[in-house]
Amino acid sequence: MKLVALVPLLPLIGFLINGLFGAWIKDRAHLVAIPAAGLSCLVAFVVFFQAVGGATLDWDVYSWLTVGNLKVPIGILVDPLSTVMMLVVTFVGLLIHIYSIGYMHGDRSFARFFTYLNLFMFSMLVLVLANNYLLMFLGWEGVGLCSYLLIGFWYEKKSAADAGKKAFVVNRIGDAGFMLGLFFIWSTFGSLKYTEVFAAVDPALGAGIYTTITLLLFVGAMGKSAQLPLYVWLPDAMEGPTPVSALIHAATMVTAGVYMVARSNPLFNLAPFSLEVVAWVGALTAVFAATIALVQNDIKKVVAYSTISQLGYMFIGAGAGAYASAVFHLATHAFFKALLFLGAGSVIHSLHGEQDIRKMGGLWKAMPITAWTFLLASLANGGIFPLAGFWSKDEILFNAFERGLTIPWLLGLVGAFLTAFYMFRLFFQVFTGQFRGDAHTAHHLHESPPNMAYPLLVLGALSVVAGVLLGFPPDHGLYHRFVAPIFEAAHESEGAAIHAAASSEIVMAALSLSVALLGIGLAYLFYVKRPELASRLADKMQGVYRLLLNKYWVDELYQAIFIDFGKRFCRFLWGFDARVVDGAVNGSGWLTMRLSVMSAWNDLKIVDGLVNAIADLIQGGSVTLRRLQTGAIQNYILAMALGILGMVVFYLFV
Amino acid sequence: MVPLSHYLILSALLFTIGMFGALTRRNAIGVLMALELMFNAINVSFVAFSRYLPQQMLQGQIFAIFIITVAAAEAAVGLAIVLGLYRNFKTINVDEINLMKW
Amino acid sequence: MTVTQAVFYLMATFTVGASLLVVLARNIVHCAIALVFAFFGVAALFILLDAEFLAATQVLLYVGGITILLLFAIMLTSRISARGGKIMNEQVGISAVVALALFGLMVYANLKGFPALVPPMLAASDNTASLGRLLLTTYVLPFEVVSLLLLAAMVGAIVLARREQGKD
Repeated sequence: MKLVALVPLLPLIGFLINGLFGAWIKDRAHLVAIPAAGLSCLVAFVVFFQAVGGATLDWDVYSWLTVGNLKVPIGILVDPLSTVMMLVVTFVGLLIHIYSIGYMHGDRSFARFFTYLNLFMFSMLVLVLANNYLLMFLGWEGVGLCSYLLIGFWYEKKSAADAGKKAFVVNRIGDAGFMLGLFFIWSTFGSLKYTEVFAAVDPALGAGIYTTITLLLFVGAMGKSAQLPLYVWLPDAMEGPTPVSALIHAATMVTAGVYMVARSNPLFNLAPFSLEVVAWVGALTAVFAATIALVQNDIKKVVAYSTISQLGYMFIGAGAGAYASAVFHLATHAFFKALLFLGAGSVIHSLHGEQDIRKMGGLWKAMPITAWTFLLASLANGGIFPLAGFWSKDEILFNAFERGLTIPWLLGLVGAFLTAFYMFRLFFQVFTGQFRGDAHTAHHLHESPPNMAYPLLVLGALSVVAGVLLGFPPDHGLYHRFVAPIFEAAHESEGAAIHAAASSEIVMAALSLSVALLGIGLAYLFYVKRPELASRLADKMQGVYRLLLNKYWVDELYQAIFIDFGKRFCRFLWGFDARVVDGAVNGSGWLTMRLSVMSAWNDLKIVDGLVNAIADLIQGGSVTLRRLQTGAIQNYILAMALGILGMVVFYLFV
Repeated sequence: MVPLSHYLILSALLFTIGMFGALTRRNAIGVLMALELMFNAINVSFVAFSRYLPQQMLQGQIFAIFIITVAAAEAAVGLAIVLGLYRNFKTINVDEINLMKW
Repeated sequence: MTVTQAVFYLMATFTVGASLLVVLARNIVHCAIALVFAFFGVAALFILLDAEFLAATQVLLYVGGITILLLFAIMLTSRISARGGKIMNEQVGISAVVALALFGLMVYANLKGFPALVPPMLAASDNTASLGRLLLTTYVLPFEVVSLLLLAAMVGAIVLARREQGKD
């Protein structure tokens, strides 16, 4: 079982080799990265089978921080939840590594790409395998870093560099909340290790502290998993290469928030307010993002907003206490969303960089594999029975309804309708109908090479079967039984609700299915049968259309409130420094100068004046006394006579 | 019997007259003359004292002799100086001879 | 009033008057003549004081010597001073005051110190012989020194009054 240490270690070695020697390895970087990812996946499966057999592991590998009362080890936790995450990360990661060989072929920074991909794998695995919050946070930050590096991979393009910065900065805001949560956890429980914290969880402490901790942790999740209001980085992150979007912004990194909430379920269970907040945020995000996706014209942007929307669903599930369902949706979503991105990448690759769906169409014939897999993924995303997305999404909505979160449930339902609509809008626009691009590109339409096509097929298969295999019957399938021990506390409270409503579950399922089919039908109407309807509707509802097209102007709002205000504040502070602080310094200098002038004046006038006065006195005295020397002898004789007179007087009378 | 004080007062009178002349006369020779007058007054005083003291002591008279002698010598030299002054300044008004003025 | 007193007062008045003339006369020659009279008056006073030798010496030296000298000097320098002009300089006032003050003080001292001393009776003696004896015994040193002084004075006077010979 201790083999599990190899799982994050192998990608790390791949990163180091590619990173240090990339200049010599160049185009053969994949020969280092793929084996690293592949072996890691293999070991992950081995560990998985051991875990299925019931083995768990809480292993402190190395004592990292020992500061006063704080003892944080580098440790690995192997339990059902981390195993599931580990599998998803390594398997989908491996597929995307393979895909990247074809996609990034010929790029001048080929080696750098694989370096970053391996580093990302390492960070993500640290995140999911950590046995304490601080190590998870290390992984959390690591994936944030890799996200920045990979989004801004083509850094010469200003928009890409800016997108990378935006991702990092928005993430950081979430991370601040996460860190505060960590501080509270440590100060309340005295430890950061999961086992110790969850053992010390005690309802007697009062809901207040749990609510504080969980809300702060959720702030971190909002940033990392792109929920309202910290979602703005994810659409911009599409500047990065498509494999990056697939891996990081669909399958793995953005799900770290969901994982973290699921992992912290003992804390969340004692803070019902936080759970409501989570569910509401998730629901609002789901609908919000779906509305924006309705009118976007960039293929990757549509999929990006879809990701934000589906993440919202996962949080609805977590907020409903159905953590297992949320993580299940995480896994299925990883498959079909990664597939959607890879398919989009395949299309873009074929069209030599074109991403505007208005210039696509009729690609079915030229790219059958891509088209079929894209169709399967769209069905899964839309939640159509019996594909993967149906099972997980359905579970979430059912649990939400049963828990009394009616509005979130309703929003989820609306979102399901919108999801189906925009996904099939996308599908129809891209793959059916006539090709709307220029003739030159039309000539060069081709299917992707095998190293890109095979991952598509694998993911397509998974999208179809994974739901049924793992998730049937709902809440009691293989998957649920596997992860049950983690979510015992949650299960205890929802157990009664589940058993009581088997039939209502079927009603729910039928409801969400029909809503989704309605969405598909409407999309068919708008985009295949009567294309002019779409533009007529857009013209009639110009205001709404512009609002959605411009993403509710949220980015502009943030720019105005935070960025511009921040810049003005900085300018003010700079001015303050220049005028007040420097003014004070200059003023003191000026003051010193004035003082010195005064002191000089004092020296000149007063001191010298004193000296000069003495000299003048002597000179004046001499001028006066000089007059005695008249040169006339008789004056001298007179003086003598006066003296004699004085002496006589003195002699006679004194 | 003439009391001693009479002689002394006389001597004082002569002396002051001589002093007044020495202080005020413009002519250098006039000053010298006034000087001789002062000397004579002193002589009178000395001789009066020598006569009137209980045992007649001739020291007063001796002194008077010497005074006379020295006065003569001094007059000679003084007048030689006046001659020199006259030759250089063409005047013997002492208040016109003030080269030693500041 | 005895004869001595009368003669004294007469001689005193004469001398004082002559001395006033010396100090106040305009013409310098008149001053010289007045000075002669003053000298004679003083000589008379000496005789009154039983100092015959001194009186003779006074007349001989003063009148016979110094006066002649003065007159010579006057003649040699009289051309300018014979003209008009002031005879007193500008410090007349102060001098008068000082002189009078001094006189007053001396009179005051006199009257306080020597009220009325009467001359003692003298044994008849030869004034000259006594003086001569004294000069050559007790006071021989001053006597010799004075002769040296006279020599020096003479030489000095000659040197001072000598006309420049052109090699000075």
